[in-house]
Amino acid sequence: MNFIDKALDIHARALDVRSRRMEVLARNIANADTPHFKARDVDFRSVLSNARHEPMVATRKGHVDSAVQDNSDGMRYRIPFNVAFDGNTVELNIEQAQYGKAAADYQATLQFLEQRVSSIRRALKGD
Amino acid sequence: MAIDNIFGIAGSALNAQMARMNATASNLANASTVAGNEQEAFRAKRTVFKAVLEEQKPVPRDQTYQGGVRIDALIDDPAPIKRMSDPGNPLADKDGYVYMSNVNEMTEMVEMMAASRSYQNNVEVINTTRQLMMRTIDITRS
Repeated sequence: MNFIDKALDIHARALDVRSRRMEVLARNIANADTPHFKARDVDFRSVLSNARHEPMVATRKGHVDSAVQDNSDGMRYRIPFNVAFDGNTVELNIEQAQYGKAAADYQATLQFLEQRVSSIRRALKGD
Repeated sequence: MAIDNIFGIAGSALNAQMARMNATASNLANASTVAGNEQEAFRAKRTVFKAVLEEQKPVPRDQTYQGGVRIDALIDDPAPIKRMSDPGNPLADKDGYVYMSNVNEMTEMVEMMAASRSYQNNVEVINTTRQLMMRTIDITRS
């Protein structure tokens, strides 16, 4: 890991997850009128903990593979308050609110990154 | 990159909602057309949406479209056709009846409002995403 990766740290990866969450929410909003569509969301906590901890791997013959592995990449089905007659579980108001929150989260992560980048820049300039 | 998939997804939704609005406009325009027999009478058209999922892959190279929505089918409204006595109409059958369309103006207006609301939602998604993208590019400038 070089020093720029180290300086940007978790925020660079967090930005990736944030934008993925926005994509999932955009899918929900796009499919608000699609029959039988099930709304999904990204569980940020589980994705981030997967990203932080390297999964245990069997490197020698005698090793046993770890039984518990979360390979779902953090995708969860949303539990709706009411299901529409056509089996669609997208609730537009909730999706809109979540999209707004996701956009704010993205901006927050972006702010952290901006600070890191500007401090690296200052260090390089040396003034 | 995830964030530019959003443009494809929301764009596909805009497309689908516009088609739905077109169908509504066509239904409203034909609300008072009559026909000489039951088979030829105008039936309201309804769009059926379908999600574009990973396993279907409609266009192999167009990955940004994944997770969007497309029009799966255009179906006729199953509501019954009304028969009206109008012997003076040149289209009337031998008993003096004409066959009205099964368009319900009220349903069409509601459909139109729902379509326009969904369209606005997707425009909002595109706007927010565009702003965030511009801010991300601005990191290099600060």
